[in-house]
Amino acid sequence: MGEVHALLGENGAGKTTLSKILTGLYRPDEGEIVLFGHAVEFSSPRAALDAGIAMVHQHFRLVSPFTVAENVVLGDHRDVGRSFLLRQREIEARVGELSQRYGLAVDPRARIWQLSVGEQQRVEILKALYQDARILILDEPTAVLTPQEAEALFETIRAMAADGRTVIFISHKLHEVKAVADRVTVLRRGKSVATVPAADSTPRSLAALMVGHELDAGRRPTDRGTVGEPVLDLAGVCADGDRGVPAVNDVSLTIRGGEIVGVAGVAGNGQRELAETIVGMRPLTSGTVEVCGRRLSGGDPREAISAGVAYVPEDRLGTGVAPGLSIASNIVLKSYRAAPVSTGPMLRFGRIRDLARGVIDRYDVRTSGPNVPAWQLSGGNLQKVVLAREFSGEPAVLVAASPTRGLDVAGIETVHSYLRDAASTGVGVLLISEDLDEILALADRVAVMYEGSVVGERDVETATVEELGLMMAGAGGED
Amino acid sequence: MRIERRLRQPWWLVVVVPVVSVAVAFVLSGFVLFLTGHPPLKSFHRLLDAAFIANGALSETVVSATPLVFTGLAAAVAFRMNLFNIGGEGQLYAGAITGATVGLLIGGSPSPLIFAGMIAAGAVGGALLAAIPAILRAFFSTNEIITSLMLNYVVALIMEYLIFDSHSYLRDTSGFEANVFPQGKTLSDKASWSSLSIHGLVLPLGFLLAIGVAVLVWVLYARTRFGFEVQVIGDSARAGRYAGMRTRRKILAVMCLSGGIAGIGGASQIGDFRHQLDPRGLRDASYGYTGIVVAALARYNPFAVVVVALLLGGLTNAGFTLQGADFPAGLVGMMQGLILFCALGGELFVRYRVRFAW
Repeated sequence: MGEVHALLGENGAGKTTLSKILTGLYRPDEGEIVLFGHAVEFSSPRAALDAGIAMVHQHFRLVSPFTVAENVVLGDHRDVGRSFLLRQREIEARVGELSQRYGLAVDPRARIWQLSVGEQQRVEILKALYQDARILILDEPTAVLTPQEAEALFETIRAMAADGRTVIFISHKLHEVKAVADRVTVLRRGKSVATVPAADSTPRSLAALMVGHELDAGRRPTDRGTVGEPVLDLAGVCADGDRGVPAVNDVSLTIRGGEIVGVAGVAGNGQRELAETIVGMRPLTSGTVEVCGRRLSGGDPREAISAGVAYVPEDRLGTGVAPGLSIASNIVLKSYRAAPVSTGPMLRFGRIRDLARGVIDRYDVRTSGPNVPAWQLSGGNLQKVVLAREFSGEPAVLVAASPTRGLDVAGIETVHSYLRDAASTGVGVLLISEDLDEILALADRVAVMYEGSVVGERDVETATVEELGLMMAGAGGED
Repeated sequence: MRIERRLRQPWWLVVVVPVVSVAVAFVLSGFVLFLTGHPPLKSFHRLLDAAFIANGALSETVVSATPLVFTGLAAAVAFRMNLFNIGGEGQLYAGAITGATVGLLIGGSPSPLIFAGMIAAGAVGGALLAAIPAILRAFFSTNEIITSLMLNYVVALIMEYLIFDSHSYLRDTSGFEANVFPQGKTLSDKASWSSLSIHGLVLPLGFLLAIGVAVLVWVLYARTRFGFEVQVIGDSARAGRYAGMRTRRKILAVMCLSGGIAGIGGASQIGDFRHQLDPRGLRDASYGYTGIVVAALARYNPFAVVVVALLLGGLTNAGFTLQGADFPAGLVGMMQGLILFCALGGELFVRYRVRFAW
C-alpha cells in the first residue's frame, strides 16, 4: 500500500521548487535524493521519469489538437512509444484499461481541446500512469476543479495508493490535505518544519505550522455594518467572450453599499467577462449597468472609473499594473490625469514620489523603494499596491476578481481585511472567486455562475457548500 | 554557465556596456583590417581623422547625421509605445515631396516664411502617411510593421513617378537636357535653408531643428501625461485600457508624431542639402532604415539618438573619404556591421548577467 503524502506550504514556501528538483528540472545545490534505497542524481527530466517519478503540473502540458492516446504516449521512449509508427490500437487499449482501473473516465480517442479542464487533468494523470510512475506528484490539482470533481480525484488518488504507488499531493488548502493525505509535510520558507500524520492534525494546527502563528478563521462576523442604497445595479447584462461567442448571459444583480456579494463558479463560466463588462473593459451586447443610479454606456473604462467603479483584476501583472513601470507610476495609474498628480499636461514627480512613499508605508509594501519596477514585487505586495490605488479613488463599487489567487496565507488575510474595511466604509464589493471558502468567509450573499448565467443566489447564512457545489457544476436547483 | 535576469540594473551599466561594446567592435575590426593587410592603428587614425578631426570633416559628419537624427527620433518615439513604425523611410520621402512642393510654390516669399512653410509641409506630409498604418492598427488591429513597410515602396514609386515618369510640377522641364536626364526642379536661392557657422563648424538649420525636436521629445516623454500614457501602453496595453487611457487615440497621435518627425527630416533634405526632389539619392541613402538602427542603439533615448546619429554619420562620412583602391568600401561596411552587432549584443549584459558557477 502506497502513501499519500501532502506537501503543504504558503506560496513561495518552496513546494514547487522542491518538486522540480524531484522531477529533474532543477538540480539540488546540496544534499541527496534517496529513491527506493538508492541515492540518485537526475541529470534531466527524463532521468527522473525513468526512475519512476512523474508530475502533474498546475498548467497542463498537453498538445491540444492531439488525441488523449497520442498525448499519453508522447514523450514515452520505451517499447510501444519507441516504435516509429504510432500503434494506435495498442495504446488506446492500454489507456482504456488504466482509466478503468483508476476511475479516470476519459475517451482515449477524444482530442484535448474537446475536454473540460477536469478531464484534461485526468489525461495528465493517465500519462504518468502509462509511464509506470511509482511516485506521482500532483501540483495543486484541485485549483481548477468543482468540489464534486475534486472528490472524484481523491478517489483516484486513494486507488493509486492502494495499488502501491506513492502520491505527493501539493496544496495549500487545509481541508483537502486533511481529507486525502496519510501524512503531511509542512514547508515554510524553503524548510521542512514538520511531518505529521494527517489523522492527528486539524486545519488549525496545520495553518499554524504553515504561517508560524495561529490565524483567526471562520465566517464573517454577523455584526456587520449597515447596508445602504444600491450602488451597482445589473439588469439583463449580456456580453461576448474573447472569441466572440456569448460569455455572459442575462445577468441581473444588485449590490448595496456596505455589502459584499460573492460570485462563485468554476473558472471559465463567465465570471471574468462579467467583471470586465461592469468595469467597461468589455462592451455590453444588451442589458444595463447602473452605478449609483447613473447608467453607464459600457465599453469605456474611463467612464466606469469616474462613476466610482474600482477594479482589482484577475490578471494582476499585465492588467492591474504595468509590470515594467515603477511602483510609483503604478500607484498613479488612474489618478495621473488630475491634480495633484499633474498640473495641466505636466506630471508632478515630487508629488508622485510622496504619494508612493505614503502608500508603501501605510500598506506595508515590502520593497526597497518607489522606483522599483512592479514585476519585482511578490504577489502579495503587488496586490497591496493595486488595492491601495483602487481605494485611493474613493470608489462606490469595488469589483475584485480572484483577488487572492496565488497569494500566501498572510497575503490572503491582508486582502480579506482590506475588502472587509472597504465594505465597512460603505463600498459595495463584488467578490469573484473560485474559492468557496473565501466567499463564505467574506460575503453576505453569494451568486453562482454557470455557463454565463447566474444559476442561483443564496444568503451566505443559509447556504451549504454541497448545494453551492451542485449549482457550480450546473446541477443546482433553480431559484 | 548560466544567464539570468538582473534584478537590479546598476546605473553605470547603461554607460559602460555600450562603450565596451564599441571597443570590442574596434578590436574585432582591427583583426579583420590586419588580415586584409591594412595596419589597424593607422587605419583607425585615418578613419577618426576623416570622420571628426580633419578640416571640415565634422561639418560633413553633421550633414550625414542630420537625417539620421530625424529618422532615429521618429523610430524611437513610436517604438517606445511598442508601435513598430518601419515606415520612417516612406514618411521621409513624403515630407520631401510636400516640403519641395511648398518650397517651389512660395519660392518668392521671404526666406523665414518659406522655411516655416516647408517644415510644416514636411511634418504634415509625413504625419498623413503615418496616419494610414495608424488607423489600420487602431481600428482594425492590422500589423503596423507590414503596412508601414509596404507604404515605403508605394511612396518611393510615387516619388519616382513625379520625377521620371510624368511632367509633374516638381520636375525640371526647363530645357532639352532636363528632358533627357530627368531631375527635380531646383528651389530658389531664398528657399535654401540657412545654417549656423561656429569657428568653421557648419550647423545646418535642419540639424538645429533636429536637436530641438530631440529636446521636445524628451520633455514630452519624460515629463508629461502624454508620455506617461505612452509608457504605460508600451509596457502593457491592457493596463492602459484598464486605467481608462484612450489607447486608439494614442496610437494615432504617436504614429503621426513619428511620421511628422521623419517628414521634417525629408523637408530638411530638400531645404538644407539637395534643393530639389532627388528620388534616386534619397532611396540610395535609406535614412529611414538606418534610423531604426540609430533608435535601437540609443535605446530609444532622444539625446542618445543625437550621439549615435553623429557616430554613424561619422562612419558613413569617413567611408566616403577613405574608400578607394587601397581601402575598399566594404571594409567600412564591415566596421559598421561589427559596431551594430557588438552594441546590440551588448544589450544582453545590461539586462542579464552571466554566472559561471553551478
